[in-house]
Amino acid sequence: MSKISLTVNGRSISKEVSDNTLLVEFIRENLRLTGTHVGCDTSQCGACTVHVDGKSIKSCTMLAVEADGSQITTIEGIANGELHPMQQAFNDNHGLQCGFCTPGMIMAGIDMVNRYKASNKPLDEAAIRGELEGNICRCTGYHNIVRSIADASTKM
Amino acid sequence: MYETTFHKASSADDAASKLGAAEEGKLLAGGQTLIPTMKARFASPSDLISLKDASISGICRDGDSVVIGAMTTHAEVASSVDVPAYLAALAGGIGDPAVRHRGTIGGSIANNDPAADYPSACLALGATIRTNQREIAAADYFEGMFETALEEDEVIISVVFPDADKAAYAKFPNPASRYAMVGVFVAQSGGETRVAVTGAGEDGVFRHEGLEAALADSFTENSAASVAVSADGLLSDIHGSSEYRAALITAMAKRAVAAA
Repeated sequence: MSKISLTVNGRSISKEVSDNTLLVEFIRENLRLTGTHVGCDTSQCGACTVHVDGKSIKSCTMLAVEADGSQITTIEGIANGELHPMQQAFNDNHGLQCGFCTPGMIMAGIDMVNRYKASNKPLDEAAIRGELEGNICRCTGYHNIVRSIADASTKM
Repeated sequence: MYETTFHKASSADDAASKLGAAEEGKLLAGGQTLIPTMKARFASPSDLISLKDASISGICRDGDSVVIGAMTTHAEVASSVDVPAYLAALAGGIGDPAVRHRGTIGGSIANNDPAADYPSACLALGATIRTNQREIAAADYFEGMFETALEEDEVIISVVFPDADKAAYAKFPNPASRYAMVGVFVAQSGGETRVAVTGAGEDGVFRHEGLEAALADSFTENSAASVAVSADGLLSDIHGSSEYRAALITAMAKRAVAAA
């Protein structure tokens, strides 16, 4: 067991965890933040994507003890009174069907828009599709997800 | 995942001593291979020694070389202005964005997966691997599938890549998982031409003498295409036969030459 101290969605947290606890287990089972999903559990599908110190990572492929001292943002932490522009864009563009992959898609979408804006690169359709390499959706065929992220990128 | 005990190393030497003290310890870099392997119970280290706080991350120029710290992530290499474009492009093509935020160059070459991208760059660019004990030339470092020259308690500190006059990497990603089914790194430097192939060899990354001779003579796509690439010693699996991989070596060599 190790004691870890971290910030999750702006809240300071200190907890004892087993050294083999995955970050996604910690988020879902210890913190009861079940918006972060476990899909493939093999770092392929991206349903477990969260931000650690502002960068998207797959929380099924990181130990909770590795997040000691980090700032974590999950899907529950992005709305600020009203929906985050990325959430609103997924709503407006019908960017989801069953919704299972959506938290990961939204966290990956925010990360890619932030990175492209920071480096002043155009986030065009081809770039969005390339950036979505690590997020799998089995319903939508991706078209509306790509439209959602493109829409949000003009509003973030 | 089996139980394990997590440790933080404060330096490479600290990591080496913690590794030496552990019953069956493993170094933890970005964890993008080790953690899935542990989850699948293919690995069950008694102790994990994290290199996160070992101060072996970062990129700097050293004359005509770029020095990349072992814990530098693929995303950092891909976006660094100090890294030549051919190497930044390779790093930016590994895995996916979330994996690139965690995965490290040191982890990649310590693991020496036969389908990893970095080993081809190390061989073709004549890189040097610096550890807490010594410097190892890339030519002496990669010893076979998942095998390296690293000793039990040896820790990679950085990788030094001399600048090439021209170089490029081309890979054929597996259509589902995107790892390199075949990747070819071509480099010309000071009159020497090197061609390193990853993803294809039964013993991991290797240099292709035939392609090197042809490209030294004439650095063109036609020259690469004129080389008969043998299927002997190449991997054969459900994703592609050795003959298919041989054909991909030619195709990727041509693409790399065109891009260089």
